[in-house]
Amino acid sequence: MVDPNVLQPKPEIKIMGKKDVHLRKYQQIIAIFKSNKIGMFGVSIFVFFGLVALIGPLIFPYDPLQIGSGDEVLQSPDSTHWLGTDDLGRDVFAALISGSRVSLGIGLLATFITMVIGTLIGISSGYIGGKVDTILMRFTEIFLVLPWLPLMLVLAALLGSSIWNIILVIGFTSWSSTARIVRAQTLSVKERQFIERAKAIGANDFYIMYKHVLPNVFPLIFANTILVSAVAILSETSLSFLGMGDASHPSWGMMLHYAFTSGAASVGAYWFLLPPGLCVVGVVLGFTFLGYAFEELFNPKLRRS
Amino acid sequence: MKLNYLIKKVTNAIITLFFVLIINYFLFRVMPGDPLAMMLRDPKASPESAEKLKQLFGLGEPWYIQFGLYIKQLSQGDLGMSFLFKQPVVEIIAIKIVPTLLLVGVATIVSLIGGIFLGILAAKNRGKKIDVLSLSFSLLSYSMPTFWIGVLLVAFLSVHLTLFPTSGMTTSGMVFASSIDATVDVARHLFLPALSLSLVLLGQYVLIMRNSLMDELTEDYVQTAKAKGFSEKYIIRKHAIPNAMLPMVTVISINLGFMIAGAIEIETVFSWPGIGRLMYEALLNRDYPLLQGIFLIISTCVILANLIADVLYGYLDPRING
Amino acid sequence: MSLLEVRDLKTYFHAKEGIVKAVDGVTFTLEEGEAIALVGESGCGKTTTALSITKLLPKEGHIAGGDVLFNGVDLAKISHEKMRRTRWNDISIVFQGAMNSLNPVMKVGDQIAEVIMLHKGSNYKEAMQKVKKLFELVEINSERMNQYPHEFSGGMKQRAMIAMALACDPKLIIGDEPTTALDVMVQAQILNLLEKLRKEMNMSMILITHDLSVMGETCDKAAIMYAGKIVELGSVEDILEKHVHPYTEKLVHSYPDIYGNREMISSIPGSPPNLLNPPTGCLFHPRCEFAIDECKLTEPVLREISSNHFVACHVRGGLI
Repeated sequence: MVDPNVLQPKPEIKIMGKKDVHLRKYQQIIAIFKSNKIGMFGVSIFVFFGLVALIGPLIFPYDPLQIGSGDEVLQSPDSTHWLGTDDLGRDVFAALISGSRVSLGIGLLATFITMVIGTLIGISSGYIGGKVDTILMRFTEIFLVLPWLPLMLVLAALLGSSIWNIILVIGFTSWSSTARIVRAQTLSVKERQFIERAKAIGANDFYIMYKHVLPNVFPLIFANTILVSAVAILSETSLSFLGMGDASHPSWGMMLHYAFTSGAASVGAYWFLLPPGLCVVGVVLGFTFLGYAFEELFNPKLRRS
Repeated sequence: MKLNYLIKKVTNAIITLFFVLIINYFLFRVMPGDPLAMMLRDPKASPESAEKLKQLFGLGEPWYIQFGLYIKQLSQGDLGMSFLFKQPVVEIIAIKIVPTLLLVGVATIVSLIGGIFLGILAAKNRGKKIDVLSLSFSLLSYSMPTFWIGVLLVAFLSVHLTLFPTSGMTTSGMVFASSIDATVDVARHLFLPALSLSLVLLGQYVLIMRNSLMDELTEDYVQTAKAKGFSEKYIIRKHAIPNAMLPMVTVISINLGFMIAGAIEIETVFSWPGIGRLMYEALLNRDYPLLQGIFLIISTCVILANLIADVLYGYLDPRING
Repeated sequence: MSLLEVRDLKTYFHAKEGIVKAVDGVTFTLEEGEAIALVGESGCGKTTTALSITKLLPKEGHIAGGDVLFNGVDLAKISHEKMRRTRWNDISIVFQGAMNSLNPVMKVGDQIAEVIMLHKGSNYKEAMQKVKKLFELVEINSERMNQYPHEFSGGMKQRAMIAMALACDPKLIIGDEPTTALDVMVQAQILNLLEKLRKEMNMSMILITHDLSVMGETCDKAAIMYAGKIVELGSVEDILEKHVHPYTEKLVHSYPDIYGNREMISSIPGSPPNLLNPPTGCLFHPRCEFAIDECKLTEPVLREISSNHFVACHVRGGLI
């Protein structure tokens, strides 16, 4: 039995430096992630399509816009055209590869805009509170109510459907759900003690928001970004299908638009109809899995056995 | 007590509607590529019609007068004149909205009932084949663009198997002996579009219902019900499901935007004569008055539907009071 | 014949890492009208014992051995159907923290009425009349029958739970820390109520608690549990004044005595054993100041040291 009156030697406590703590955290995160099969599947899809988009056009430098001769129209797959040709004799496989850059590029750039707006509004609204919060939230609510596809279509029609306009249109209309999520997270972070301490030592609001709130809200934003990307890619696909895409940079959505308007369905040209759609499905699935995996990672409450 | 909640929600809806009106107005006036200016520069426009337009829209007057004019016209039920159809926008929308309501209505009912039913089944049989299957189905259908499902279904079931007509709401040029035959004809045309539209949402509802019900089954009151000696069937039916339905109501209102997007896409694919297809045509032809009118009507419907969902939720959840 | 005879009950749980012996050989009896307290630290197996008796174990748990004789019928072995009929009708249970034990979207009165309709075959009207009487018994305004749980205060909810537990006139009521989540005044109210009702209806009670003062107030006898086993069993006076087991002694002395000297409250060093990998011999020996070599080798069994007073200890249990 230990005699409380006699001073016992303290056990060795290892003091961990900031670097060590971060390293440990990353190791933990990677370990948890690896055990999550869904997450790994998402990562592999993400990597696959990323590679296709980045180096695909370099490996297969076929021009997707090259129109073929009359008898090359809507050919089923053969040795020269691995996935056949479309309604203007263009090579479907080439279009698919170059389309990956467009679809993914638009999706990711639009997502960037969405996340920036959503985070700014969410953190400001949640942290500052009061009248600012009410006004910003009312604003957000209106954007949530406005039906997104009609809004995007109208904006695209008014502004013209160049590739940059599409990115802006998608980016500027999709931020409302992100803003709400970020705001909710900000509200819970706001209550924590270290915020009070920062205020007590005289830090101003912007400093606190940038240095303290943002890093704590960031993991959630990261997970949300991935899920938003999936939706952005779907949005672009829909916009293009309905004719609002950029013809000079055909995305997968544009390919489906051409497929539909040229009546590929009635001719049974599945090589034209299926691949772009499958790519979209693949990418969206991959991103969704990845996003869910990250969400579970950052929010232990969501982990299911 | 619940009256407070109701008043709050209605007031909210009205305020939102007001802001939507403002946005709708400015969207078509302030954007680059001012449609009215374009209208006036249209070489086909005669000087008389140009003058009339100027008067109608109060061009040249200060913006608040123009806006006031717009509101006045709205209150009189005037949404302007369509370029394409040379008819009042209100009349066109009034006709075309019926097929859309039919399509969306059927799709909503199918996806809801199917989603709830499958969701319950999946939650009850957690981890087993049916659960895994429905989960996979949900994720897959959620990742598919709605129109793509439509196109594939048309290609396969209509063209390849000729089971269903490829487009339209009725077989043109046919005269039916009885209204039953006419209804059957519409139903045949409705089948594929409604199926495509409901598939994506079905997946979502299955997921939400499943998760919601699974969460409820871990609650304490379920253990109490078990301790009281009730069968699992009874507990799920009378205790868990009423609680699990609450998140479903919330989700339905969130999905409205999705439903509309889907309707526009499906109506385009199937040439279904509703306002989704109308929007597509208006876009193609840059018929701005029509676009503006459709946009306003759709937004109003969404606000209304949200309000109904809120009220329904307030009715179902006894914890909601003033 | 005793009302309840638990004989060598063993309940094990399957965890990823192995088998957890949550209850490992628990034996006690309960007569009609008697109240027994199951006392011990968190995780000692008290709740699991209650869940075993009512067969409400989660799917990872199962009864690995022993009998649970209720009026001569072994509950551990009867069918699912028969067990459902026994539930609430003969044995009812009030769980810890009534905050969520009531269905939030169902009226409180209806939740009580449904169980009366199930077991007694009454119709809605008759059941609601019984509910009215029950509300009066637990001193809740009967107008509240048509209210929802969120309109009740914490204490009221717990009283409603007790009313519900009594609805079918059970022979045995199990209370799993029924007052832990409530403040002291309300606690006293609830305990007095339970006492009064029990005596009126000649109900037996198993009261699960970690609070010795609660045990002293309401029960006739007590079983001190440690790591899934009973280490001491006897009347409440035996436990409080004539305790023998080192663990019981520590428990009793960790409560300050109002009339006693002002001295430091002793605490029990160490922590409860890991039930995945329990120590050899007596499970308490790592924390016990009286442990001898024998304690590390063999498990002590419950031995009667005086009339109806049992202890499981090598050192103090009368052998040595």
